[in-house]
Amino acid sequence: MAELTKELSQVKGQEPAVPDKDVRVHPDPAPAGKRPPLDVPTGTPTVIVDDLHIVYRVYGAASDNEKGNAVNALTRLLKRQGRPQMKEVHAVKGVTFVAYHGDAIGIVGRNGSGKSTLLRAIAGLLPPHAGAVYTDGQPSLLGVNAALMRELTGERNIVLGCYAMGMTPSEVREKYQEIVDFSGIDEFVQLPMSTYSSGMGARLRFAISSAKTHDVLLIDEALATGDREFRRKSEERIRHIRESAGTVFLVAHDLKVIEQTCNRVIWLHKGKIKMDGEPGEVLAAYNKG
Amino acid sequence: MSQPESAVADAQAGGRSGEPLAKLAERYGLRRAIARPRFPVYVRQLLERRHFILTYATSRNVSKYSNSALGQLWQVLTPLLNAAIYFLMFGIILGGNKNITNYPAFLLTGMFIFTYTQRTVTAGAKSISGNLSLIRALHFPRASLPLAYTIQELQQLAISMGVLLSLVVITKEPPNWFWLMIPIVLLLQTMFNVGAGLVIARLGSSMRDLNQLLPFITRTWLYASGVFFSIQDKVVGSAGLPQWVANVMYLNPAASYIEWMRDILIQSHHPENGHNPPLMVLVSCVSWAVFALGFGFWYFWRAEERYGRG
Repeated sequence: MAELTKELSQVKGQEPAVPDKDVRVHPDPAPAGKRPPLDVPTGTPTVIVDDLHIVYRVYGAASDNEKGNAVNALTRLLKRQGRPQMKEVHAVKGVTFVAYHGDAIGIVGRNGSGKSTLLRAIAGLLPPHAGAVYTDGQPSLLGVNAALMRELTGERNIVLGCYAMGMTPSEVREKYQEIVDFSGIDEFVQLPMSTYSSGMGARLRFAISSAKTHDVLLIDEALATGDREFRRKSEERIRHIRESAGTVFLVAHDLKVIEQTCNRVIWLHKGKIKMDGEPGEVLAAYNKG
Repeated sequence: MSQPESAVADAQAGGRSGEPLAKLAERYGLRRAIARPRFPVYVRQLLERRHFILTYATSRNVSKYSNSALGQLWQVLTPLLNAAIYFLMFGIILGGNKNITNYPAFLLTGMFIFTYTQRTVTAGAKSISGNLSLIRALHFPRASLPLAYTIQELQQLAISMGVLLSLVVITKEPPNWFWLMIPIVLLLQTMFNVGAGLVIARLGSSMRDLNQLLPFITRTWLYASGVFFSIQDKVVGSAGLPQWVANVMYLNPAASYIEWMRDILIQSHHPENGHNPPLMVLVSCVSWAVFALGFGFWYFWRAEERYGRG
C-alpha cells in the first residue's frame, strides 16, 4: 500500500495540474498524432480487456513434504483432492484496459509480472479464469518458434512455420524466398536448424513469424535478437507491420525500443496494472521504481 | 494491498467511457478472443488446415530418425525387426499355435494391425499435453494435433504394410483380387483411430497420469484382441466358454480390424467364407469407425477453448 501511495504522489508530483482521477488515464495522445485522441468517442476500440484474471496450472511444483508419499497420494485420490504437484499460479489479477485503433502499446514489468501471459490471453490462447477479452479480428502472437523442429532443415521449417500460421500453399511459395532473404541465412537453409548459431536461428524465426500480416499484433521480446544490422532491419519491419496492423502490443525489456515504437505504455506489476499512460511518464516512473 | 490497486484499474477503465466494457465491446462489434466456433465451422477450419496437419505429420516422421546413422531406413527396419522378434518369441520359442495354419502370417497381421491402433492411441494421449507451448503460441483448431499424430502413424503403417505384404507372400499366400479390400479396412481402422486419438487427447490434456496408465491398458487390449491366438479356439475350444463370449471379444474394434485383415490375407483363415469376414465382424468394423470418428470430434471440440490451460 505504501508503495502505491508513493507511486501516486510521484506521478502527481510531475503533473500537479491533472486531477487525481485522470492521472492514470491516458494523457493526451502522443505528439506524433498517428491515432485519434483517446477520449474522443470516434476512436474505435480494437481490444477490450475487462477485469481479466488468468490462472495457470503448473505441474511438478510441490514442496518436499508433500510429494512422493504413496499413502498421501491415495488419500488425496479418495478425497478427490487435486494433486499437490499441481500448483495454480494466478498470473494476471484483474487487468482492465481498452486499446484503440492505431495504438502501439508497450508492456513493461519485471520478470514474472504477467506480461507474456497477458499477451497470450489477448491472443485468445489462454482461457480467462474470470473476466473477458474482446477483440476486433484475430490477434496473433508473433511467435512461431514452438512449431519449428530443430532437427529439420531451415527449408522444411520455413514451410512448416508458414503452414502453422495458417498460410495457403500459394502464399507459402510466394513468401518463401522473401523469408530466406530477410533472414540472411543463405545456403544454411539446406542444413538442419540444430546446426545454426543462436543468432541465425533467431533471425530465421523472426523472418518466418513476421512474414504474415496481422490485424492485432502481439510481439513478445522479438527484437532482442540478432546482430545490430538485423535489429535495424527487424525494427523497420515492426514499424511496417505496425502501420498495416490495427494495434500492436510489444513486450520488451529494452526500454529504448518501447520508447521508440510505442505511444502508450502499460506497467504490469505482480499481475496488476500499476500504471498506464504516455511512454515518457510511465517509463520514468518504472525506472525509478 | 490488492484492493486499492484493482480499484485503480477499475476506475481507469470504467471512469472514461462510463459504460460497462462488455457493452462497449458489443457496440463496436468486438468478439470474445477465446470462443469455440460452432461444430460445422470447426470442421471447416480443420479442413482448411490440412496442409499444416500433413506437413506437421511428415516433419515429425522425418525428424524422428534424423539423428540416427541409418536415418529413414529405420522406417522399414523397425517393423522388420519387430516382426522378427514376435516370430521368434511366439512362433518358435513358445511353439506357436498348432491349430492355426500359417501361424507366421496370422501373427504378423495381428501384430501390425494392432500396433497401428496402439501407437495412435499412445501418441494421441500426448498430442495436447506435449504441445502446450505450440498451443499457447499459435491459433489453429486444436484437433489438428491429434489428427497429425494419427497421420504420422498412418505414414508409418504404409511402410509396415509393405513389409507385412511381402512377408505374407513369402509364407505362400499369393496376392489376389481380395487384396483390393485392404485399403477399405485400413480406411475404416484409420477412422476409428482418429476418433480414439481425439478422445484420448482430450483425456490426456487434463489427466497427466494417463500416460503412465496407458501401457497397461493397451497391453490388456493386446491380449484381449487375439493377436497371438485365435479367439474362437481359445475361448470356446480350450476354455469351454459359451460362443457369445467369443463374439463379444470379436466386437472389440482392434479384434474386428485384425480379423477382417486376416480374412483378406490368409486363405485358410475362414475357410467357410473364402476371403470374406463374417457379417458380425464387418458390421463391427464399420460401426466402430463411424461412431468413433463422430463422437471423437464432438467430444474433442467441446473442450476446444480450454486446451491452452494445461
